[in-house]
Amino acid sequence: MSTHVSESESEADAATDQQDRPAAQQRRVEKKRERHEQRERASDSSETEGQTILLKVFRYDPEVEDKREPRFDDFHVPFKKGMTVLDALIYSRDHYDSSLTFRHSCRQAICGSDALFINGSQRLGCQTQIDDLDQPVRVEPLPHQEVVKDLVVDMEDFYEGMDAVEPYFQEENLPSDLEEQRQDRANREKIKMSTRCIWCGACMSSCNIAAGDNYLGPAAINKAYRFVMDEREGEAIEQQRLETIEEEQGVWRCQTQFSCTNVCPKDIPLTEHIQELKREAVKNNLKFW
Amino acid sequence: MTLHEHDVIVVGAGGAGLRAAIAAHEEGADVAMVTKLHPVRSHTGAAEGGINAALREGDSWEDHAYDTMKGSDYLGDAPAVETLCQDSPEETIQLEHWGMAFSREEDGRVSQRPFGGLSFPRTTYAGAETGHHLLHTMYEQVVKRGIQVYDEQYVMELAVTDHGDPEDRVCHGCIGYDIKTGNLNGFVANTGVVIATGGPGQLYAHTTNAVAQTGDGQAMAYRAGAPLQDMEFVQFHPTTLPSTGVLISEGVRGEGGILYNSEGERFMFEHGYANNDGELASRDVVARAEVTEVNEGRGYENDAVHLDMRHLGEERITDRLENIIHLATDFEGVDPLEEPMPVKPGQHYAMGGIETDENGATCIEGLYAAGECACVSVHGSNRLGGNALPELIVFGARAGRHAASGEPASSQIETGPSARTETSNVDAPVELGRVGADAVTDGGTLLDATPNEVVDHTLEQERERVETLMETDGINHADVRSDLQETMTENVNVFRNEAGLKQALEDIRACRERYQDVGVSDPSRTFNTDLMQTIETRNLIDQAEVLTLGALARTEFRGAHWRESHQERKDEEWLKHTMVAWNGGDPELYYTDVILEGEEKEYEPKVRSY
Ligand SMILES: Cc1cc2nc3c(=O)[nH]c(=O)nc-3n(C[C@H](O)[C@H](O)[C@H](O)COP(=O)(O)OP(=O)(O)OC[C@H]3O[C@@H](n4cnc5c(N)ncnc54)[C@H](O)[C@@H]3O)c2cc1C
Ligand code: SF4
Ligand code: FES
Repeated sequence: MSTHVSESESEADAATDQQDRPAAQQRRVEKKRERHEQRERASDSSETEGQTILLKVFRYDPEVEDKREPRFDDFHVPFKKGMTVLDALIYSRDHYDSSLTFRHSCRQAICGSDALFINGSQRLGCQTQIDDLDQPVRVEPLPHQEVVKDLVVDMEDFYEGMDAVEPYFQEENLPSDLEEQRQDRANREKIKMSTRCIWCGACMSSCNIAAGDNYLGPAAINKAYRFVMDEREGEAIEQQRLETIEEEQGVWRCQTQFSCTNVCPKDIPLTEHIQELKREAVKNNLKFW
Repeated sequence: MTLHEHDVIVVGAGGAGLRAAIAAHEEGADVAMVTKLHPVRSHTGAAEGGINAALREGDSWEDHAYDTMKGSDYLGDAPAVETLCQDSPEETIQLEHWGMAFSREEDGRVSQRPFGGLSFPRTTYAGAETGHHLLHTMYEQVVKRGIQVYDEQYVMELAVTDHGDPEDRVCHGCIGYDIKTGNLNGFVANTGVVIATGGPGQLYAHTTNAVAQTGDGQAMAYRAGAPLQDMEFVQFHPTTLPSTGVLISEGVRGEGGILYNSEGERFMFEHGYANNDGELASRDVVARAEVTEVNEGRGYENDAVHLDMRHLGEERITDRLENIIHLATDFEGVDPLEEPMPVKPGQHYAMGGIETDENGATCIEGLYAAGECACVSVHGSNRLGGNALPELIVFGARAGRHAASGEPASSQIETGPSARTETSNVDAPVELGRVGADAVTDGGTLLDATPNEVVDHTLEQERERVETLMETDGINHADVRSDLQETMTENVNVFRNEAGLKQALEDIRACRERYQDVGVSDPSRTFNTDLMQTIETRNLIDQAEVLTLGALARTEFRGAHWRESHQERKDEEWLKHTMVAWNGGDPELYYTDVILEGEEKEYEPKVRSY
């Protein structure tokens, strides 16, 4: 035998990184468990097997005559255990209507392409089990963003918000070539959740304030948080960052409604992060007072 | 139609593309990235485990090189492998200096962990989401430098001169299709084009790769004249979820998870696949065992077996494998605390790709490639976990620098048809390559053309291609694609034999012929993903053919390539790289030498046992 590698560890072997589990994640595990039990009680979930589900999908194309008026199309999709909303959309496109348009790529909640408005809330299509939803399943583009076509929205505003907070590490004072900057474990833990953002835009879409006003939005503020809290960046830049997020379209717009936190598919405690930055900003202002 | 001119054009914005763009920018070049997905949506974000780099006392690049050579089953080229291992530490620390959120030790230094096939725990990681952090950190640097990104811009073809010999050709740019508006754009590169389009996982029905992984860059470079190398070597991962292909970490088996067949047998032991290591045998052994169980009627629905970890207890599972609970519930609808998870093997990584030298240069002047789309070759016939991410940063940076210089540089690895040492006489059951009036350059009309003329000419050709696809009232590409995936999955999977591979070539041919009749039924110019995917399907067909041809010819068992009736590695006959050149539509299979001569030592092929 020439090709035996004994691989007890591998690149996907990475599940051991949670010291203390954030509350949001805990909640999600529990919620899932509850839903599961509910379903068990209500009916054997395998009953859905062999059934067809009804998908009502928003359609719009400014260029195509009969799609200029937004409408909903019905798609009947054969259900399979494990099917997600994204799977059902792909099935509909490949079998019924190849012009059905939606962004997607990774199918595993990491590329952030397919945040959609599913049965009235912002969720990733790939991360939402059909089995967990009431039928018919209504799929719409993210609210509060301009629709380009069908389920595709214009993300430019979102990207601009991200760009506005200087979303890159800034530290000139670095050790020599082969040496890393030291970072305390606790500090890494502190920024951990904030670094998980996948730029899906769900939070922004769920936020009433972002909808009406010029507001950086939860994801961009969270990005700022990620750098402000990172001990590897120096005082001066932290100062500058706090000033940015205090500006008119910054943290003070947030009215702690928690909608962003509730929809974030990565369980980032966004509202907490925004509150914490408010406190930092206040402390910082007192310092100079 | 618009022309955009820059010094360096980087096609693709995953880890390799981002690193190339930064490097070219640091050389003072005017760089632009052209990418079908927004950079942060690239599949590099899905990598979990880590980056191999010899950073610590007691470890050395030489040891890393030795492990990599051995892992490659001696099909890696020593100059490339040694470059990877020498440059990886500095490149990894560079990421840290750019703020990447690595996991940390008590003393504040970056953490490393052990990985399969490595003699030292040198896999540097950031939680269970190393790729996500790597991708975002480098994109941040691209934003910081103000590098122009044309996102949601689908590159359809490269603009290359049409000299008879690919080694005389020059690449002057590429053609992009603006997904949002439907406009075609010409991109002119003054000094170089870097292809960094990622892997071709969509060749298979079941893969850990994203939907966007269609290997467009490989297919474009191939048609432009750069050979594809070692494409038959495909890594399959034994534990992926059946509905989506989402990867379930080896960690589950590492912690004691058990594989069962539908008769409740712990087959790895009870059927004697790996009496010592059981579930922890190497990826390819476990993958083949699972397929055997299913083929012999002992599988569950969707060709799956069961991976059970319930006996580990809720506490241990939530403590150490919590992300698995999310993956299984979110993507398979199964709560692994309550029931076993269905799993099956899935395509995971392509070792082969566009032939390049250690500078990332192809045989076409001005054309470079890096990342999973390239074959430089560091992985040979089998990639070690944690060796792809360092490849992105090491060879991404080199390709970017060389593309910016605009000068061909000397290298130890030779590229192009002149490196041929042997021609193959494999007997393909069908005609290969071009069908009918398939678009190929007329030949010889662009010999003295200016760069702009070459780009313009290609732009016109692509415009016609788009018009034809839009106007044809034909079949849906999705049908052709699923037939292609089906035959690849059936015949060019973890088990391969002559009859199956020949069958696959016939099926691929049939797909090619049917593709003549595809049409795009969405009439819109706005976000026409139907059109884009139709073009991707063509790219998949070209690659499927190359892969299968190489696999049919290679009558040995090396690394990830298993052949029935040829159950050993045959160094005398097969210690050589497979090359397939498009050759104007009449594909040619040939071989080149493997370089085992390193800087200071020769890597002696040994039996790969651990
Ligand atoms: C689930 C999973 C886990 C993994 N874990 C690890 C690990 O722990 N360690 C490790 O070393 N490796 C790992 N790998 C392998 C590694 O992640 C990949 O090989 C690597 O990320 C590929 O990066 P890339 O830059 O080459 O391509 P990608 O990240 O795939 O980027 C491709 C880019 O090209 C663009 N593109 C493609 N086609 C076109 C076109 N026609 N026009 C314009 N743009 C185009 C896309 O938009 C994208 O930006 C893993 C792979 C998977 C799937
Ligand atoms: S913060 Fe959460 S919801 Fe908002 S963009 Fe990031 S991942 Fe999406
Ligand atoms: S498809 Fe990538 S997040 Fe859903």
